Amino acid sequence: MSHAPLPQHVDPHDLLATDALLSDEETMLRDTVRTFVGKRILPDVGAWFDTGTFPRELATEFGSLGVLGMHLDGYGCAGTSATAYGLACLELEAGDSGARSFVSVQGSLAMFPIHAFGSEEHKQQWLPGMAAGELIGCFGLTEPDSGSDPSSMRTTATRDASGDWLLHGSKMWITNGSIADVAVVWARTDPDGPDRGAVRGFVVPTDTPGFSAPEIHRKVSLRASVTSELVLDDVRLPADAVLPGVTGMRGPLSCLNEARFGITFGAVGAARACYESALAYAGERTQFDRPIAGFQLTQRKLVDMMVAVQRGTLVALHLGRMKDAGTLATPQISFGKMDNVRMALEVARTARSVLGANGITTEYPVIRHLNNLESVFTYEGTNEIHTLILGQAITGLSAFS
Amino acid sequence: MNVVVCVKQIPDPADPGALDPETKTLVRSGKLILDESDSYGVEMALQLVDAAGGGEVTLVSMAPNDEQSGLRTALAMGAAKAVLVSDEALRGSDALTTAKVLAAAIGRTGQPDLVLTATESSDGYTGTVPEQIAELLSLPSVTFAKSIAVDGGTASVQRQTEAGYDDVQVPLPAVVSVTAGVVEPRYPSFKGIMAAKSKPLDQVTVADLGMDAGQVGWSGAGQEIVDVSEAEAREAGTIVEDDGEGHQKVVEFLAELKVI
Ligand SMILES: Cc1cc2nc3c(=O)[nH]c(=O)nc-3n(C[C@H](O)[C@H](O)[C@H](O)COP(=O)(O)OP(=O)(O)OC[C@H]3O[C@@H](n4cnc5c(N)ncnc54)[C@H](O)[C@@H]3O)c2cc1C
Ligand SMILES: Cc1cc2nc3c(=O)[nH]c(=O)nc-3n(C[C@H](O)[C@H](O)[C@H](O)COP(=O)(O)OP(=O)(O)OC[C@H]3O[C@@H](n4cnc5c(N)ncnc54)[C@H](O)[C@@H]3O)c2cc1C
Repeated sequence: MSHAPLPQHVDPHDLLATDALLSDEETMLRDTVRTFVGKRILPDVGAWFDTGTFPRELATEFGSLGVLGMHLDGYGCAGTSATAYGLACLELEAGDSGARSFVSVQGSLAMFPIHAFGSEEHKQQWLPGMAAGELIGCFGLTEPDSGSDPSSMRTTATRDASGDWLLHGSKMWITNGSIADVAVVWARTDPDGPDRGAVRGFVVPTDTPGFSAPEIHRKVSLRASVTSELVLDDVRLPADAVLPGVTGMRGPLSCLNEARFGITFGAVGAARACYESALAYAGERTQFDRPIAGFQLTQRKLVDMMVAVQRGTLVALHLGRMKDAGTLATPQISFGKMDNVRMALEVARTARSVLGANGITTEYPVIRHLNNLESVFTYEGTNEIHTLILGQAITGLSAFS
Repeated sequence: MNVVVCVKQIPDPADPGALDPETKTLVRSGKLILDESDSYGVEMALQLVDAAGGGEVTLVSMAPNDEQSGLRTALAMGAAKAVLVSDEALRGSDALTTAKVLAAAIGRTGQPDLVLTATESSDGYTGTVPEQIAELLSLPSVTFAKSIAVDGGTASVQRQTEAGYDDVQVPLPAVVSVTAGVVEPRYPSFKGIMAAKSKPLDQVTVADLGMDAGQVGWSGAGQEIVDVSEAEAREAGTIVEDDGEGHQKVVEFLAELKVI
């Protein structure tokens, strides 16, 4: 052991120096997204949230940046590591969960199934345009009566004599639905058909007759993101619209695993933004003739937030390295999604209290993140569902039903 | 059209390190990044090559250690290849030596149509290297460019002045220094970042350039830094409480400075 004097300097924004865990290339990718978010998202996102809009032109800007489907290979995708994808999610969500949701849905939920399970024609037709952000995708799994238990879905896919598919049913809470050019829709096949009632995935151009996607309004969370219903009123599709590479719930669940991995990082970004906002505010705001950062109770909050963000970062990076090594198991993804989103919500609430009354306005980012995180807590497997996945992993007993 | 851009890799201004009390120069041992001043030259070069419809951008850099990350950033923006002169013997080089080394390195890249630099670097900012390179290569030199347009063998340069700008025409090849902030440097795209790691980076020593170690570094320096002192602390500004007449006080203040 060396007896050299220990370095005294620590970075309040990265106390454990986790940046040192990134390669030069990862740092460059991360910095690129961070700069983009600083220039293109942070200045306006408060207003987007207030007015409930997602500016569509962001899609092509994300495309030029290269974040859409960035961890996929070929077809115009950048082909980065999974860790780099996670870092991009982290920086985007430090801007707004809506921006990260757009990128998650496009890359992990719409492009991923086409890339993993689509035919060569599907890939050629859709992926390059989606990587460029010229074509927007959405992912239809959840239904009005089928959320945490997606295998109870009622949307049906039947084949007529000509071999065409007919999709019928409705999907609910679908991110990007109303602005999508293509929907990846999961539907149950005929119990007497060749797939024996298994769930199959379909690539549905949204201009197909019978398809409509009314937007869901009156949200107070993820307002800078489009959420929609998908109405499938006997949507007729050619035989080759089905994703040939997968049959059964493994299809949608493998997409969710991709997106949940990204959320593990994304949540850290939202938490970091809240912590940094609270740290800056506490240093500037004076009461009783001193900065509120000097009060012990405030310091406790700031330190708890800092520790939580750093821990979340370490968990995310660890999972990233495992995913890149091909060793990441589903319960480990649940660990990341469950704990990091829960952590981020706690940090956001604490930060909100540090900002006092200012904490309830969209002049500051904190309540926007707090409200957004309520959606992130629920989508991509609710916190409870991930708890049950972990419960089953450690006890061997299923508590789902 | 082939453009060479001289890019300096400097200590991160966010974490600038310290001056070595012994040599009175900046300690440059750790990570170096692309000097932001040079990102404008890289952007301008990429735009010129685009406009010409062919050719490539080559980077030339000199650093005492074999740091590459600043170059990788510029390669990720779209430059095609880089020459890095890296040699322990370079430690202590002065601006003229730097120019000699860079001029020799530019010679290795073939016959560029144009050499771009920044007007001054962010860490050394002597603002002398570009003109020295031009002299050493016997090329014409234009400074403080705010825009460059190339037509055949001539470049039309808008050269910034205190009053506005001069229109200058210069035959190519030439060395032009680019003012900071005149173009918006692009973000390196992810594909660019991924491609950067496999782009050719020619790392050479002083000997490879046909130079003698005694000509460079401390032994070659014709300049000596005899003393450094702290910059004077800025005086505290005046705070004007706005009692409804605040604008009046601002106008008076500006008038006093003879700005208005
Ligand atoms: C903003 C937003 C965007 C979304 N985007 C998409 C999208 O793009 N595509 C898509 O397909 N879906 C999307 N969703 C839907 C999301 O995935 C579902 O909301 C989620 O799966 C939960 O389903 P639910 O809302 O029906 O809740 P429910 O499943 O009805 O759950 C209600 C509550 O009961 C709990 N619960 C349920 N089952 C159990 C159990 N066995 N044990 C203990 N507790 C249980 C849940 O944890 C939750 O607390 C989105 C949702 C939101 C809010
Ligand atoms: C006696 C002396 C000793 C020194 N010792 C050291 C030392 O030990 N270690 C040390 O690191 N520095 C040392 N320096 C500083 C170093 O020599 C200067 O930074 C360097 O000569 C370039 O000068 P500048 O940055 O002022 O260039 P400027 O003229 O301000 O630069 C203008 C532009 O020229 C180009 N350019 C300049 N330098 C380079 C480069 N290296 N590679 C590529 N392009 C370049 C860039 O486009 C730059 O924007 C020393 C300087 C002196 C005078």
